[in-house]
Amino acid sequence: MSDAAHAHDDHGHHAHPTGIMRWLSTTNHKDIGTLYLFFALIMLFVAGTMALLIRAELFQPGLQLMHPDFFNQLTTMHGLIMIFGVIMPAFSGFANWQVPLMLGAPDMAFPRMNNWAFWVLPVAAFFLMASFWLPGGAVAGGWTMYPPLFIQGGISYDLTILAVHIMGLSSIMGSINIVTTILNMRAPGLTLMKMPLFCWTWLITAYLLIATMPVLAGAVTMLLTDRNFGTHFFNAAGGGDPVMFQHIFWFFAHPEVYILILPAFGIVSQVIPTFARKPLFGYASMVYATASIAILSFVVWAHHMFTTGMPVAGQLFFMFSTMLIAVPTGVKVFNWVATMWKGSMTFETPMLFAIAFVCLFTIGGFSGLVLAIAPVDIQLQDTYYVVAHFHYVLVSGALFSIFAGIYYWLPKWTGHMYNETLGKWHFWLSAIGMNIVFFPMHFLGLAGMPRRIPDYALQFTEFNQIATVGAFIFGFSQLIFLVIVLKTIKGGAKAPARVWEGAEGLEWTVPSPAPYHTFEIAPVVK
Amino acid sequence: MKSMWQRAGMAGVALTTSQMALAEYAYNLQTPASKVAQDVFQLHNLIMMVCLGIFVVVFGAMFYSLYAHRKSKGHKAAHFHENTMVEVVWTVIPFVILMGMAYPAAKVVIDMKDTTNPDMTVKITGYQWKWGYDYLNDGVSFYSNLSTPQEQIVGTAAKDEHYLLEVDEPMVVPVGKRVRLLITANDVIHSWWVPAFGVKQDAIPGFIRDSWFKADKVGTYRGQCAELCGKEHGFMPIVVKVVSEEDYKAWVAKKKDAAQTAVAAPAAQ
Repeated sequence: MSDAAHAHDDHGHHAHPTGIMRWLSTTNHKDIGTLYLFFALIMLFVAGTMALLIRAELFQPGLQLMHPDFFNQLTTMHGLIMIFGVIMPAFSGFANWQVPLMLGAPDMAFPRMNNWAFWVLPVAAFFLMASFWLPGGAVAGGWTMYPPLFIQGGISYDLTILAVHIMGLSSIMGSINIVTTILNMRAPGLTLMKMPLFCWTWLITAYLLIATMPVLAGAVTMLLTDRNFGTHFFNAAGGGDPVMFQHIFWFFAHPEVYILILPAFGIVSQVIPTFARKPLFGYASMVYATASIAILSFVVWAHHMFTTGMPVAGQLFFMFSTMLIAVPTGVKVFNWVATMWKGSMTFETPMLFAIAFVCLFTIGGFSGLVLAIAPVDIQLQDTYYVVAHFHYVLVSGALFSIFAGIYYWLPKWTGHMYNETLGKWHFWLSAIGMNIVFFPMHFLGLAGMPRRIPDYALQFTEFNQIATVGAFIFGFSQLIFLVIVLKTIKGGAKAPARVWEGAEGLEWTVPSPAPYHTFEIAPVVK
Repeated sequence: MKSMWQRAGMAGVALTTSQMALAEYAYNLQTPASKVAQDVFQLHNLIMMVCLGIFVVVFGAMFYSLYAHRKSKGHKAAHFHENTMVEVVWTVIPFVILMGMAYPAAKVVIDMKDTTNPDMTVKITGYQWKWGYDYLNDGVSFYSNLSTPQEQIVGTAAKDEHYLLEVDEPMVVPVGKRVRLLITANDVIHSWWVPAFGVKQDAIPGFIRDSWFKADKVGTYRGQCAELCGKEHGFMPIVVKVVSEEDYKAWVAKKKDAAQTAVAAPAAQ
């Protein structure tokens, strides 16, 4: 690699800045990946603390810790930050680190735009967090921002709309980069149907983001003008309709939930073949299934609106289309199990998280299927059953895949092995803790507990107490993860280039830690 | 002579059923009090059995594989990585299963949406943070507020049995009658929900949405607002008292009398 470094200097390249300026001005995909991941980690603890405050209030019936209005601020901000500040930036961090390495490309297609796409995020996060201290407090209308409630709030609602615009811009810029890089910068011989599935899932996710983020921007801009400029898009007295917001919002937000899970599918599709020592089963099917899920995601949005009073034809159409998405999703689950089948498996921490993903995400998928059945959804809409469903797919789905990916690739990025014993502790406490929090919520929803309430009727007490205990176990276990990440960056057993025995792909052909500049000369792929 | 396994199995069933009988650990939807709620209850049971069946098959295979196909047991990795026939089979079978679920579900959707031929109509209005009931046929109108005292909420008094699910003026309807609901709101979106009847309908300001229910048995049924509507979203419950035809008529007469008296003496309020 030193030859490559000298050749690089010969091209008149000046020295890299160090310290803060390095991080502010970097256009290097590895640095930017690191920035996204650290940002996501910090936001995980911020939004996680909000969750613990929520669960503490819900430990018993009655109001012990906070006013109902502050409770609504916490639930809203917990949702906004986890989605836009944790899961999406974390997956963007993986994309930045891994896509160029997996394709044999020297960097992303637009390195400077890449820097901007990251650095607008801390600005948006600052606006969101600062809104707690503004008159009226932070937004409290739910992350779904339905009007007319959202029209009633104070100045922090406008600031939140600005933050949402900024985060949307970040995603669009990042997605343009990813699509261009994947379509144009693959190493010679690396056809689309040979590239790692992680790249496929991010390619499709990026197209979804480009298609839907502008729709969210439109929706929140209409909220802004209804709030401040005398429009009445969502006000019946002016000829508008609050339900129109729901249509526009969910047209964005349903593909958004697939944006939140497709990269997870990609990570798990890299991890399982490695630790089963067997190629991914049905690669082509996996590509087609991912594409089918993405296309279908555009025609199911009103399953979030079954109680709004849709005509029968609407209820039936959206019920059938939503049930249909279970088919390609099921195909993917079967393919992962078939990858494991007759493999030669070992169970290091990345594999543990990937296996838990397959099992627990599927439970989330089943509760989603229950919710798809419109008559049943009438009973379960806006209850804790929905909360259980989306936490199964987002925590034991998206978040666990992020953990799997970190443990899998951290040795490549840092050159050090993480501590396997600590990793296993993190895994078991997280997996068991997560189920203690969220499984009882299915029962709470079935029994009739609505969501977004700070206080509840007595019959819901026991399951709420169990959930709160689980939340504290799960929450504090993430401190183990923080310790592991920091320790591994600082030192640890030396990691070879091919960190894992069964790992395949171009990223495993470069040394660990990966040099600052890799693949400046494209490899040739047979 | 029962084997150890049979005795253990019976003990397990007895334990779980006795657990499930405890009100605090409710594991399923509330006991239905209308045919619609009964249909939904059974539909949910059907879906749960399908999901359980698929779960057992798929994860039975996976957990077996995790045990048998591990490197530490000396299992060597096979090399197969695709099979078009298998992909077709496990695409078509779930599709067929879904079609089997879609048909009964569609029937219930159509039934839930059919508000024709009501016996009576009640207009329901969601407010921040209470409900208003207008009986269009009988000329009765009133608000319904949470009646749990603040002291119980903040913890200075013990909570009573129907904490947060009690109101000053319940909605009263006759048993066995098809009640059409015209639902709207005064300010933001609310949602009127009574689980025992299987009815949930969003209350949208400026629009009227219809729904219906027919209560099978006399009793008191409780529900809550099911759409975030501001700081007291959790504090605007719904109580429906289902009474006999005669009791209903008596209640209507009493309400109208009280309304007359209130008109005559407007200072009293």
